[in-house]
Amino acid sequence: MNVPSSPLIDPQTIGYVFDEEHTNYEEPPGPSGHPTHPVAKICAAFAAVGALVLTVQLAAPDLAGSWVGFLAGFGLIVAGTSGYFWFCYKDTVPGIKHDRIMFSSTMHQGIIGWALGLFLTGFYMLLYWYPEYLERAIRLVDPLALALAGQPADQWFFYGFLYTLAIVTFGVRMFMKYRHSRYHTIRTSSVMFFQLGLAFLLPQFLRKIGEPEFYFSYFWPLKYDYLFPGTVSYLLDTPGTLGSFMVGWGAAATFVITPVLTYFFGKRWYCSWVCGCGGLAETLGDPWRHLTPKSTASWRIERAIIYTVLVVITATTVVLWLNTYETSAWLDKIAEPMREWYGFYIGALFSGVIGVGFYPVLGTRVWCRLGCPMAAILGILQRFFSRFRITTNGGQCMSCGNCTTYCEMGIDVRAYAERGENIVRASCVGCGVCAAVCPRGVLKLESGKTHKDRYPGSDRPLGALRTALKGVGICGDKDGYV
Amino acid sequence: MHVAIVGNGVTGVTAATRIRQKQPTWKISLISGESTHHYSRPALMYIFMGHMMYRHTKPFEDAFWEEQRLELIRDWVTGIDTPGKRLMLYKRQSLAYDRLLIATGSKPNRIGCVAEHLAGVQGLYGLPDLQTLYENVKHTRRAVITGGGLIGIELAEMLHGRGIEVTLLIKESSYWNRILPPEESAMVSRIIEEQGIRLIGNTRLREILDNGSGRVGGVLTDAGERIDCDFVGTTIGVSPNIDLLRNTSIETGRGVLVDDSFRTSVTDVFAAGDCAEIVNRNGRPNLIQQVWYTGKLQGEVAGSVIAGEERTYAPGIWYNSAKFFDLEYQVYGQVNLGLPGEKNLYWEHPGGRASVRIVYTDEGVIGFNFMGARGRHRICERWIVEQRPLSYVLEHLDQAEFDPEFAQRVAPAVRRMAKEQAA
Repeated sequence: MNVPSSPLIDPQTIGYVFDEEHTNYEEPPGPSGHPTHPVAKICAAFAAVGALVLTVQLAAPDLAGSWVGFLAGFGLIVAGTSGYFWFCYKDTVPGIKHDRIMFSSTMHQGIIGWALGLFLTGFYMLLYWYPEYLERAIRLVDPLALALAGQPADQWFFYGFLYTLAIVTFGVRMFMKYRHSRYHTIRTSSVMFFQLGLAFLLPQFLRKIGEPEFYFSYFWPLKYDYLFPGTVSYLLDTPGTLGSFMVGWGAAATFVITPVLTYFFGKRWYCSWVCGCGGLAETLGDPWRHLTPKSTASWRIERAIIYTVLVVITATTVVLWLNTYETSAWLDKIAEPMREWYGFYIGALFSGVIGVGFYPVLGTRVWCRLGCPMAAILGILQRFFSRFRITTNGGQCMSCGNCTTYCEMGIDVRAYAERGENIVRASCVGCGVCAAVCPRGVLKLESGKTHKDRYPGSDRPLGALRTALKGVGICGDKDGYV
Repeated sequence: MHVAIVGNGVTGVTAATRIRQKQPTWKISLISGESTHHYSRPALMYIFMGHMMYRHTKPFEDAFWEEQRLELIRDWVTGIDTPGKRLMLYKRQSLAYDRLLIATGSKPNRIGCVAEHLAGVQGLYGLPDLQTLYENVKHTRRAVITGGGLIGIELAEMLHGRGIEVTLLIKESSYWNRILPPEESAMVSRIIEEQGIRLIGNTRLREILDNGSGRVGGVLTDAGERIDCDFVGTTIGVSPNIDLLRNTSIETGRGVLVDDSFRTSVTDVFAAGDCAEIVNRNGRPNLIQQVWYTGKLQGEVAGSVIAGEERTYAPGIWYNSAKFFDLEYQVYGQVNLGLPGEKNLYWEHPGGRASVRIVYTDEGVIGFNFMGARGRHRICERWIVEQRPLSYVLEHLDQAEFDPEFAQRVAPAVRRMAKEQAA
């Protein structure tokens, strides 16, 4: 950068030349801060050894499939990675740890970030469309699959296992990074529990005892087939009462539990406390949360896409049900293609390949922001029929922009905070990071005693919804928002 | 009607948007030599530390200015011709105005020693200083910062985060104790030292030493200690930036003299924000306020007045906040002023990283100070205005908490302590 002759700014520093808009603000030269903890380096080495052990088993398939190989490989990776995070943060003073994020190749769209994006995207493509190429890798987790489910691993067991590992190890990172904040440690424990217990161990146990593999923490329309006639009749036809309970649970979760809990706690009860997709975003995705675009234009795109997905999955579900009662050639012709289309383009391509694969490039929660129809429903409920709000603390905001920068959902939090307004937005998942990073203590996530005092007009939610639906809301700007 | 605003800081921009609200057809120009767009000055430190990029510190999208028809002029104003109603600019010829708002902010105080212009000596106020800092840290292993205010500790945090050894020289006995009560000041001093920063109290900088090649080599304190360093941060406060008005008929004191509607001595010329000195006609001292919030409030009132609305500035109950490394600080009302009849209820968490102070008199509560805890602005303000007695405040203290959910509660602990003290 160009250095002016005098360091002090006054009208005399007229020779000052600085293109502040196009400067890169790279890492300042000179010393690079504090060295990595030596034990963290040892832990990283352990993780590398674990990766090596797995690579050897991939190269020599005869060695794969033993508990020794499984534990030496995955065990070292998990212990090493968790230990690495633990020791990286151990000797730091508890508090916000965002130093050098914008200089990081991994976290700020550098070469490593792009490479990780390509790697994740490629992995999802293999998983969904070419699982035969993962065959050798899938065999690595056979010992665990046999123990938990009583049968060898398939690609979905393999995926569920890796997914859970990611949430657990990056959960350790969250515990350490946010150890000054109980909201974050409790929330992280919650997503770890729901992933490990309800989205991994329990479904596998159900398989072992011959019951349908059911995920109690996923509901329609995110787990869209749970209200499809095919799944419902399959569950009802299962011998015993458990299948019927699952159908009842799925319907109750969508139609009763979701609106009631959202009214009291906002969308967050699900998105950042229970959901597995949210769980992955809140743990593995945390290093990339600031990459989410914050512009009004991207907000407009998000709304257009997410509500379209909601309409499509609702239409698909309705058509499938109609088709079970009506036998018309016309319905027959579209029902099955709609189901397949949604499964391929939304279920696989959008929610997996793009929705997670693009984390290191487009910011975390790509799927949650742009595609998830469950998020769309929760969002409408939160925006109009909830007590949840992020309260702005009077006039304390000084517009620094930390809240907006670190919002993983792309909300321009500052735009509300600096005007002293509460933040009531459909997309807010209540992760609480805006409140944590605020250097002036301006933001607080809370549920008020009523839904009426959140924004002008919130005492008449139906009226507000009607105004929004008239057009301004879904396509409008910051003053007529959804 | 053309309104020209000199300075695109929070005051100038707040005034501009306010004028636009009231006067949709007026022409409004914002002139700044420092940056094309308005940015949040308090966020400078986060750019350097890598928490944010410069673009993140801009409160408005770039399209906002065009949408609002606010013309941005990147230039320095070099003079004002008040009779001719023209601004002299550095790059352009000149600019005619009908009404003028001077919102030039502050400039850092100089320490007034000969060696102040050595390479490696700098303050931290605006983007030019950030630019200089990038150059200076190349050569910096050890830094001395003089000045025990908010910018001093920010600069200390920025340099410390780069692994630079930092010494903080303050003229007070403990950090910022003109503003912070003794216990809170001690808490911050402790936090600074825990970070590994050397804090030297009761000491001033006497001399900056040349290393022989035009760069800083060290400093000499008034206690006679020599500290070797390659960087000197001068953060000893700011003064109204009024150099521009030197040869004009606009009356100045320490700042631009204005009435409580921000009118200067010259018709159609207004001044607000850090650069303004509000003349008090009731025999009390004039008012110069140099924090973000007052800049914003003053800009709002000045904008309304310029747009033709009759308003006077009533700052209301004082508030402010800051963050010292990881320790948050919020203040509401009058704290540490030693007013007659003032009593303090002070609770500190045994860990020494959180405290609540309630200041009250026989008439009622007058101030709150929170460290490592967050207080609810509207509640604290209301209780001060309503002069609630201490007993009421204690009973309802939960309403004043603003800490995140599940955080350790402070209100019950404060109440318990108050009860024990009473017993």
